[in-house]
Amino acid sequence: MPRLPAALTKNRVFRSVVRHGFPNSNRNRSLAVFTNFFLHIHPVKVRLRAIAFRRTFYLGGLSAAAFFILTVTGILLMFYYRPSVPEAYEDMKDLEFVVSAGVFLRNLHRWAAHTMVALVFLHMVRVFFAGAYRPPREFNWVIGVVLFLLTLLLSFTGYLLPWDQLAYWAITVGTNMVKAVPSIGDDLRFLLLGGNAIGEAALLRFYVLHCVVLPLALIVLIAMHIWRVRKDGGVYLPPEEGAGGGEPGPESGEEAGEVRRE
Amino acid sequence: MPLIDDLSASSNEQELERRRFLGLVGSGALGVSVAGTAVTAVQYISPNVLYEEDTRFKVGTPDSFPVGTVLALGPQKVYVVRTEEGFFALSAVCTHLGCMTRYEADQKSFFCPCHGSRFSAGGDVVGGPAPRALPRIEVALEGGVLVVDSRKLVPPGTILKV
Repeated sequence: MPRLPAALTKNRVFRSVVRHGFPNSNRNRSLAVFTNFFLHIHPVKVRLRAIAFRRTFYLGGLSAAAFFILTVTGILLMFYYRPSVPEAYEDMKDLEFVVSAGVFLRNLHRWAAHTMVALVFLHMVRVFFAGAYRPPREFNWVIGVVLFLLTLLLSFTGYLLPWDQLAYWAITVGTNMVKAVPSIGDDLRFLLLGGNAIGEAALLRFYVLHCVVLPLALIVLIAMHIWRVRKDGGVYLPPEEGAGGGEPGPESGEEAGEVRRE
Repeated sequence: MPLIDDLSASSNEQELERRRFLGLVGSGALGVSVAGTAVTAVQYISPNVLYEEDTRFKVGTPDSFPVGTVLALGPQKVYVVRTEEGFFALSAVCTHLGCMTRYEADQKSFFCPCHGSRFSAGGDVVGGPAPRALPRIEVALEGGVLVVDSRKLVPPGTILKV
């Protein structure tokens, strides 16, 4: 090993972080994956058929990537945006005209939001046409539907925050639709707006829902969603031509070209 | 000596009875506290004091309105209309999905820009998706001044004669 990498890796601190050897053997390559928090959502080995682009078009991963962009840009926007009636619109305009890269971050947030809705929808379509909602993945389909609804609610709550005419009337129309919920519709609208009309209370409520409540729910459900995909043996694969059984069940044993983890 | 959590260990009737009773008390207490928390949470997010516009307001003396006037009060979302017979007021909120309508004097009708609903000068639906006429609102004369309360609805056709 050359001297610099050796100096960086052969010390107690590095050894305590990375506890396996250089990934030059199958064993160490496996260890590199399943001792890493960020990599462990993938199996150590996957079949080539499962990662072919045309199998999934990577729509789920791209949805998650859009959410990551939204989280980062959203946090950055929060440094300048104040969710109150006198300031909200002014702060939005400040982001557009006086803050360095403000217009870039705001538009990135906006386009990533539109993109995420489209990607989540396409992901759903792909899963539907692959028949991947069938047992044992039925409940993961349900989680996916909730994730889709949360995505739409995040878009809806974010819509009010610029506090311009478009925002005001869009939320007027949207919250009047809430009234259509049987028997509790009117109360639900009152709770959502924190009053009878869209005002200070509604803006603050939508801000808290948009920046805290809904993203937290989304993160927890995304974790469950991905975890269940892993437990069901990765993405759904139709039976190989000529081969017998279909996909491996949960925690099933070693298949050709696949190594068990854990 | 069986383990404490060994459920297969033989236990006498009294012990089973006690276990069932404690289980019932525990789950009952959990149920009560969950229900209490749910009720308190809904009460907490339901505001008791609203800092909203007063729905009751003065609009001026009757003689300041020439016949044919349609006064649009934006913040209160109310129209005050003076006809030959007298006064009436209409809600300016579209009955479709709650947008603010506007009066179009050349058409003598109220128009909603959101989805194209149109209402006659009397508030009846003449076009678009609106399901109901604009609600009529009470106009009262108090000490020579017209007073409107946008929360008080009156039957269609009601007119304050002056």
